[in-house]
Amino acid sequence: MQIVLEAGRVEKNYWRDLWRYRELFQVLAWRDVAVRYKQTIIGVVWAVLRPVLTMLIFTIIFARIAKLPSEGSAPYPLMVLAGMLPWTFFSTALSDASNSLIGSAGLISKIYFPRLIIPTATIVVAFVDLAISFGILGVMMIWYQFWPSWRILLLPFFVLLAFLASLGPGLWVTALNVKYRDFRYVVPFALQLGLYISPVGFSSSVVPEKWRLLYSLNPNVGVIDGFRWCILDRGSRIHWTGLGISLIAIAFFLWLGIRQFRKMEKTFADLI
Amino acid sequence: MPDGDVVIRVENVAKRYQVGHISTRRNGHDTLRDAIVRSTKNFARKTMDVVYGRQIVEGDAVEDFWALNDVSFDVTRGEVLGIVGANGAGKSTLLKILSRVTEPTKGRIMISGRVASLLEVGTGFHPELSGRENVFLNGAILGMTRSEIRAQFDGIVAFAAVERFLDTPVKRYSTGMQVRLAFAVAAHLRSEILIVDEVLAVGDGEFQKKCLGKMGDVARSGRTVLLVSHNLGSLRSLCSHGILLSEGRLITAGSISSVLKAYSAKNQLSSRVYPQESIVRRVAVYQDMNKIVLELEYSELRGKLTIPGFGFVIHDTDGRPILGHNPMLEGKNLDTPWPNEGIVRAIVSSPTLLDGVYIVSVFLGDPYSTIFRDPNCLAFSISGAVDSLYQLPPEQVGSVYPECRYEFIPLEVRNEAVNASPSDS
Repeated sequence: MQIVLEAGRVEKNYWRDLWRYRELFQVLAWRDVAVRYKQTIIGVVWAVLRPVLTMLIFTIIFARIAKLPSEGSAPYPLMVLAGMLPWTFFSTALSDASNSLIGSAGLISKIYFPRLIIPTATIVVAFVDLAISFGILGVMMIWYQFWPSWRILLLPFFVLLAFLASLGPGLWVTALNVKYRDFRYVVPFALQLGLYISPVGFSSSVVPEKWRLLYSLNPNVGVIDGFRWCILDRGSRIHWTGLGISLIAIAFFLWLGIRQFRKMEKTFADLI
Repeated sequence: MPDGDVVIRVENVAKRYQVGHISTRRNGHDTLRDAIVRSTKNFARKTMDVVYGRQIVEGDAVEDFWALNDVSFDVTRGEVLGIVGANGAGKSTLLKILSRVTEPTKGRIMISGRVASLLEVGTGFHPELSGRENVFLNGAILGMTRSEIRAQFDGIVAFAAVERFLDTPVKRYSTGMQVRLAFAVAAHLRSEILIVDEVLAVGDGEFQKKCLGKMGDVARSGRTVLLVSHNLGSLRSLCSHGILLSEGRLITAGSISSVLKAYSAKNQLSSRVYPQESIVRRVAVYQDMNKIVLELEYSELRGKLTIPGFGFVIHDTDGRPILGHNPMLEGKNLDTPWPNEGIVRAIVSSPTLLDGVYIVSVFLGDPYSTIFRDPNCLAFSISGAVDSLYQLPPEQVGSVYPECRYEFIPLEVRNEAVNASPSDS
C-alpha cells in the first residue's frame, strides 16, 4: 500500500478508505450510544418523556385551541406523533452532528481517519431515540386501536430519507462550525424555527394548494408526509409532486454538505 | 516511487500557519474611540474573511509562520529514526504531516506501508466508559481491528496492570493508571511504520522503564519507527539514524550519534555575560555528547597574572560540591601559550553526570591573586550524557556516573589464587 501526501491532493480511494474504517465508525457510534444516558437519573426515560410531552402540548395548542384538522380519520395525537418521529430525529441528528467535530477536537488533531465518520456516527445515536419513539407510537396505536396497513412496509425508505435529510445539512454545518464558530448559535435557533415551519404540530394538508410546492422545498415536508402516509394510512394522502421536490432538496443539501465537508476536511486539524 | 527499501520519502515539505498579532498601543492609553475604530476594522476584516472563505485569525495583523520549511529526507525499512530539535523546531508538525493529521502546504511525501501513529497517550479515552471498553475504543482509534484487539487484550491488560479495575469507569482511575492503560494499548499496535511523539516521558520511573523496554523491543523487531523525544540518552540507545530540525529547517541527517553531536553542539546549555568593565566577559557551560565543556571569555589578562589558573566546581542545586578542578592547586601550570584576550576552555570528559540541573562556580587567578571568582556563576542542565536506555536515579546513587565493569570469579578459582599467592611472591 502506498500513500502520497501532497497539498490539495484529492484522495483517489476516498470512499474505499471510508469503508476500511468502518470498525472505527461502529466503535464511535457505540461509544456515543453507551455514553448518552450514563449518569443521568432516569436515563432512557428522557428519550420517552420528550416526545410524549411535546405531543401533548402540540395536541392541546393545534387541535384544541387552533382547531386544526387531523389527517383523515387518524386521532390528532397520533398524527402529531407520526410527524414528531422524523422531526425529533432530524433535530437531534442535526444538532449533534453540527457539534460533533468540535467535540472531537482531541481526536482530530492527533489521529488520521476519514473525518466523515464523526458526524455520521453521531447520527446513529439519533436512531436509538427514534427506535424508542417507535415504541411509544406502538403503544399509542394499541391505545387508539389504530392498525396500520401494508404501507407501513414502506417506512424504512422514509427512515433512510430522514437520515439523508439530516446528513446533508449536518455535514455542511459541522464543517463550517470548525472554521466559524458562529454556526454553533445558528443551529439551535434554526431548529426552533424549523419546528414551526415544518408540518409537525399540524398536517401539511392545511397549507393552501398554491403554496404546497414552495412549501415542499423544506426537505422535512417530504419526510414527515411520508411517515404519516405510511403510519396513518386511512385518509392520509401524499402530495407526490411535493415529495419529488423534497427529494431534490434533500439531494441538493447532501451534495452541498459532502462537497463542503470534503473541501475543508484536510484543514480541520489546523483550524480546530 | 520510493525504490526497494525506502519506505518514507519526504521531498521539500513545508507547512505554513497563519498567526495573528494584537498590536498594543505604546503609551498604554486607549480611548473609547480608538477601541471602536479598531473593533469595527476587525469586524470588517473578519466579515471579508468569511465571505472569501478564509480562516478567521484573531488580532489586527496577520503573519505567515513556516513551521516547516523545505524539509527532505528518506527513511529506509527497519530504520529507527530519532527526530531532535529544540522546542518549536517543527518536530511535532512533521509527525502530524507524516501521520496524515494535517497536509503539507508544499512538497510531497510518499509512504509505503501501514502507518500507526501515537502522537499523544490516551487519545480518545472516554472518562465514562470502563477500562475494558476504552481498550476497544482506543484500539479502534489507533487503527486496530476488533479481532486484533481481542487477540492482544490479555497482553494489554497485563502490561498496564489494571486487571482489577477493568470494569470501572476510567474517570475513577488515577492518572498513572490511565497513562499505563493508554500506553499498553499503543504498545500492542501492529503496523509496519510506527510514529511516536514524546510519549516515553509519562508515568512513574518503574513504568517508564517498562515503556522504554517495549520501545526497545519494537525497535529491534525490524519495524520502521520515527521517534521524537527530548531524552537524548534513550534516543541514542534506541535509534539508528536521526535528523536535526531547527526553526523548521533540516540541519543534519545521518547516524544518530552524528545528529546528537550536532544537536548538543548547537545547544549552548547556559551562559552568563558580565559587564564591560569586568575582565571576564562571559562564562558558558554546554554539553557535547558525554562531555561537559566550560568556557570563560576574558580580556586584558597580561600584566595582571603571572600564569593563568582556571578552576571550577560543579554543585548540585543544594549547593553540595560534586566535582571540580583547579590545576593550580595541584601544582600544575597551564603551560600552553595563552593569548592576552581570548577564551579558556575546560573539557571534562570523565566522569559523566546523570540528568539533572547543576550549578557551576568559576575561578580565575594565579597563586598570588584572585582576579575573578563567581561562586554562583550559572545553572545548567545535563540530559542524556550517559549512554544507557534507563538512567540511574541520581537521588539514590548520586549524580556522578562511574565508569564501571563487572566480573565474576568462581569460588574455587579464588581460593586457589589465595593459596597460590604466597608462593608466588
